[in-house]
Amino acid sequence: MIKAEQKPIDEILKYLNPYNKILLSGCGACVTVCHAGGEKEVELLASGLRMARQKIGKKIEVLEVTPARQCEPEFALELSETIEKVEAVLSISCGVGVQTLVRHFPKIPIFPGVNTSFLGETITHGVWEERCQACGNCILEKTGGICPISRCAKQLLNGPCGGSSKGKCEIKKEADCAWQLIYDRLKTLNQLYKLEEIIPAKRWGVESRDSGLRRIVREDLKV
Amino acid sequence: MSFKEQLESGKFVVVAELQPPKGNDLSELYEYTELLKGRVDAINIPDLQNAIMRLGSLSVCTLLKARGMEVIYNLSCSDRNRLALQSELLNASALGLKNVLLLQGDHPSIGDHFEAQAVFDLDVMGLLGTAKRLQEGYDLMGNDLQGKPQFCVGAQINATAKGHVLDLEIMDMEKKIRTGVDFFFTNSIYDVSLFEPFVKKVAHFKVPIIVAITLLKSVGMARYVNKHVEGASIPDSIIDQLMKASDKQKVSNEIAGGLIKAFKPLCQGVQLIPIGWEKQIPTLLDDVGL
Ligand code: SF4
Ligand code: SF4
Repeated sequence: MIKAEQKPIDEILKYLNPYNKILLSGCGACVTVCHAGGEKEVELLASGLRMARQKIGKKIEVLEVTPARQCEPEFALELSETIEKVEAVLSISCGVGVQTLVRHFPKIPIFPGVNTSFLGETITHGVWEERCQACGNCILEKTGGICPISRCAKQLLNGPCGGSSKGKCEIKKEADCAWQLIYDRLKTLNQLYKLEEIIPAKRWGVESRDSGLRRIVREDLKV
Repeated sequence: MSFKEQLESGKFVVVAELQPPKGNDLSELYEYTELLKGRVDAINIPDLQNAIMRLGSLSVCTLLKARGMEVIYNLSCSDRNRLALQSELLNASALGLKNVLLLQGDHPSIGDHFEAQAVFDLDVMGLLGTAKRLQEGYDLMGNDLQGKPQFCVGAQINATAKGHVLDLEIMDMEKKIRTGVDFFFTNSIYDVSLFEPFVKKVAHFKVPIIVAITLLKSVGMARYVNKHVEGASIPDSIIDQLMKASDKQKVSNEIAGGLIKAFKPLCQGVQLIPIGWEKQIPTLLDDVGL
């Protein structure tokens, strides 16, 4: 899922400085799971903003809403009526959700309240880690189900860089070396022979992040 | 004799690494080069090593070659995409540089421009494949080249790996040889017993291996290396020697000389890494009769 962290409140207050009545919108999906933009965070941030503004004698009215998934038009559109009543929107969904609102509500300023960080999984309560960079051509079959694109700092496709120490990455000491994990996993599966194959360079500019805007069109689903 | 011919002849080669300056003043580097002329078989010039921004390997190699030195040009995957990598290899070839050391490269986050974006468009296996492809007269997209560059291609190996990392390293070496590697440079090794198991396992590849020896300057440096450099393990006997030394440079030479003698029967050359003690190399070579 998408992982995010709330922006510093001073940065948010700066965005909101010209406005006296806003809508604070969270999202019931990914950012709820990582405690950055769910209903609870909407409530906490709204009261934080009210207090901060009251302190400087510039009261702000904050309406609160948390659609189930802000990145889906049908849920985003639920905000239509409320948006009519405010001067600006602060969205603490991921960057995708912010832009869904932007697309549907072109006339009102919409600000991000979180930094969208990565696609990751929950390791333990309060700890999330990156697992996928949406590279567009998944190679997990070749690497024992461990992703070297997101988990190896150098995105190596053909074995470790030689710098890992005691199984940890030379670039991020707290992270496991992806190639150590790949090796261990392939060994457990009796598939070490997979490492003899040379994995060709990724086609970043064709199937991935550098090919311009990525889009999926499913003719069978279009209406 | 070119570096490649020397390797093919089975000669024990001596390489020195000289770091390009941070800036465009080459006077010091030229001074070192003069001292090394006729004493070493090639000078290896790193490119953005440790992700520290410096003058590049390409210009330094070109200038040293013009002064009659055999040089090894370095190119890595960390800062250039596949267009730039291919173009740089063609640049090198057009400038008459034949020996290339192709590397994975260091991540910018460990260097002095840690805010930079890492590139790693290709990994080193991809880069080696690229050099092979260019030598066949094509670029990576299969387009014909006007003229075929010819290289003597080197790659890096971790020759002190142990346990399963050693098995991985051997697999890696085999893949690199399949992709056209002509010689290998090892990481810096300070203990010949750590190199022996590796050498036994790879002897059948019959590809020249050149062992790196870094001049140890102090006990502090040795301890730092032991703590922070993966695979490096400086034995206590060497640390003792450094500790008791009244003339540090002399003892450093003795240590390096001892290592050269110990490695000589096991490999096809050494790469001396002086980091600041370049002027010591001629004396060191005298001491070991090279
Ligand atoms: S290989 Fe690509 S798609 Fe698969 S997990 Fe890694 S980044 Fe995601
Ligand atoms: S230590 Fe492992 S994860 Fe880190 S860059 Fe090297 S190979 Fe990749």
